[in-house]
Amino acid sequence: MLEIILFSLLNGILYGLLLFMLSSGLTLIFSMMGVLNFAHASFYMLGAYFAYTLGMHTGFWPALILAPILVGVVGSLVERFGLRRVHANGHVAELLFTFGLAYVIDELVQLTWGTVAVPYREPDYLREPLFTLFGTDYSIFRGVVILISILMFIALWYLLKKTRVGMMIRAALTHGAMVGHLGHNVPRLFMLVFGFGCALAGLAGVIGGPLLATEPGMAATLGPIVFVVVVVGGMGSLPGAFYASLLIGLLQTFFVAIDASVADILGIFGLQIDPYGEVARITLANLAPMTPFILLVLMLIFRPRGLMGELEP
Amino acid sequence: MSDDMTATMIRSNQRFALRGLVPWLVFAAVLLILPFIFTDGFSFTLMNAIGINIVFALSYNMLLGQGGMLSFGHAVFFGLGSYAAMHAMIAIDDASYAGEGFWAHVPVVAMPLIGMIGGGLVALVLGWPFCRRAGTAFAMITLGLGEMIAAAGQMFPSVFGGEAGIYGNRMVGPQWFGLELAQAADVYWFIAFWTFAGVLAMWAFTRTPLGRMSNAVRDNADRLQFIGYQPRNIRFLVFIASGSFGGLAGGMAAVNYEIITPESLGLIPSGLALLMAAVGGLGVFYGPIVGAVLVTLMNSLLSDYSDASILYVGLIFLSIVMFAPRGLAGGLEHIRAAYREGSLARRLPGWFGGAVAVLLIALGLIIVIEMLFAGHGGGDTVNVFGIQFQAGGATGWLAGVAALVVGVLVMRATRKNREANA
Repeated sequence: MLEIILFSLLNGILYGLLLFMLSSGLTLIFSMMGVLNFAHASFYMLGAYFAYTLGMHTGFWPALILAPILVGVVGSLVERFGLRRVHANGHVAELLFTFGLAYVIDELVQLTWGTVAVPYREPDYLREPLFTLFGTDYSIFRGVVILISILMFIALWYLLKKTRVGMMIRAALTHGAMVGHLGHNVPRLFMLVFGFGCALAGLAGVIGGPLLATEPGMAATLGPIVFVVVVVGGMGSLPGAFYASLLIGLLQTFFVAIDASVADILGIFGLQIDPYGEVARITLANLAPMTPFILLVLMLIFRPRGLMGELEP
Repeated sequence: MSDDMTATMIRSNQRFALRGLVPWLVFAAVLLILPFIFTDGFSFTLMNAIGINIVFALSYNMLLGQGGMLSFGHAVFFGLGSYAAMHAMIAIDDASYAGEGFWAHVPVVAMPLIGMIGGGLVALVLGWPFCRRAGTAFAMITLGLGEMIAAAGQMFPSVFGGEAGIYGNRMVGPQWFGLELAQAADVYWFIAFWTFAGVLAMWAFTRTPLGRMSNAVRDNADRLQFIGYQPRNIRFLVFIASGSFGGLAGGMAAVNYEIITPESLGLIPSGLALLMAAVGGLGVFYGPIVGAVLVTLMNSLLSDYSDASILYVGLIFLSIVMFAPRGLAGGLEHIRAAYREGSLARRLPGWFGGAVAVLLIALGLIIVIEMLFAGHGGGDTVNVFGIQFQAGGATGWLAGVAALVVGVLVMRATRKNREANA
């Protein structure tokens, strides 16, 4: 029991950190430009595939740096030549544009790399156990992922709070027009932030690819969950996105780990029902894919501004 | 109501009586003539799919185009309506086998009504908390709803049939109008009738006070609140109406395909509705019809010619969002307005130049894309509209890039022509 709890905790945190890497970029883009980037998870997928292809030539570690940069460049180009044009037509048009972009990227990935998963793996020496608890190994790679995530958060925090660019970004979040009047190039700032957000998604892809699977459906599986994180955390709130990522990461991991059915749980409260009925047979593990969406619907009904959001979306 | 307003309404009613009837007669005539032009089985299958998608896309446009609510979960109503109709069809099968009971007297032809009731009920039960806000919040909550219902679909096999879905038999129960529903050709008349009825009903909806108020909610919800309306109530009612018609399309699909799987509840079919409506044009009533016809044709015909067929659909959608936000029907309306103004002859050369440029750019893109992904097809030649290119050869690349460059140049050259006459 203790083993399950400990490993679920570790895996949940890992999954949560990965979610935050995705949702932090999405939140930055949203709070700055008001665009909910539907294609964000597609950039995550691009990151994984770029790292796979680059990794065959350069090895794992250079690809870890190069792939997110490449994704960031693609993102900047998309902003400069696509999104900026659509911006004049309002938020719905922007959402439609990113939706279409996700569609096109998914299709391009399938055409380029095929419809089945590619063998994108971490190097062998990273698959050695970092430590062994209760007879179960915890690989070095998972430790590295946690380390990379934490380093990324520190860098993000430093960038936003301590540098001049970060100051401009924070100013443009609330007073975009004023920053423009002061002579800063706000459209270029938008382009940079969009590219940066996409690069973060790409980084999540580089480390998420070997952890989960690098296949064309990876954007569609993680994409809706990232939206849930952003809405549950409160639109535009980075700390909110952080807590929501961890919450959903832990919730899903624990639900998968605890293999209790509805009948078992009712049994704890002294209610006896037929354990072979259709409802009674459903286990928490079955419910795991649904939990983020149940959380989303409940949140939007009872607390529409999310955990830490200031405004209702 | 003041006198001149009443007079205007009477005038507009008279105009409706005379000129408004023409498009409907044309529509009905097209539906009647089509099966005599295209007589093979594949055409009937395709036309039936188009009919279903027309109703689906139009019901989606009630939300997005007319109510201003961007939904990513519209397939929930289509799918659940379809499930309701399918279960009713199974009930008819059982009842007519037993020879008694209520369902023994219900014809399969009426299944779309069951789907409509199903879709409407689902919207009625689920909709209220969602309709507080339009915009991003509504988009996200419908996305969540769609994913949730799709996931739930896998969990209750007795209702949804698990991965394999549930299937029924449409050749049961009492026959109406001598429709046996055995062949795709029989089903065509069933689909044609319900498509016409659905389109007519949805058009009539835009003319009701509620339909008008939904446009007002889309344009300025704050102002509506000042006059004393509750935007949330109006959104909710529109949501129910849209869900009902989505269910109607689902009921048609249940009879047409005789199978329904939980996949039809998810994000992919929801996105299809959005795609069809946006390609056709959100602001014009007949826009989604144009979009449904085009996208359905492209989805089923293009895949024979190219591996990248879905990519082309996506690219068309992207370019319409970027360059023609009013969609194909919006463009048609633009030309019609110019014709009425009498400025068509003056503006035609510019538009013609633009159209040539778009065709050239499209041709260039098609060649480039086909060259790029030539290796996956297996063959070593690339066939674009009957012209053969060597895969990986320089001629193909040159032709593609040349078409692109010439297209952009024509676009540049004729731009002045379009702007000067705007």
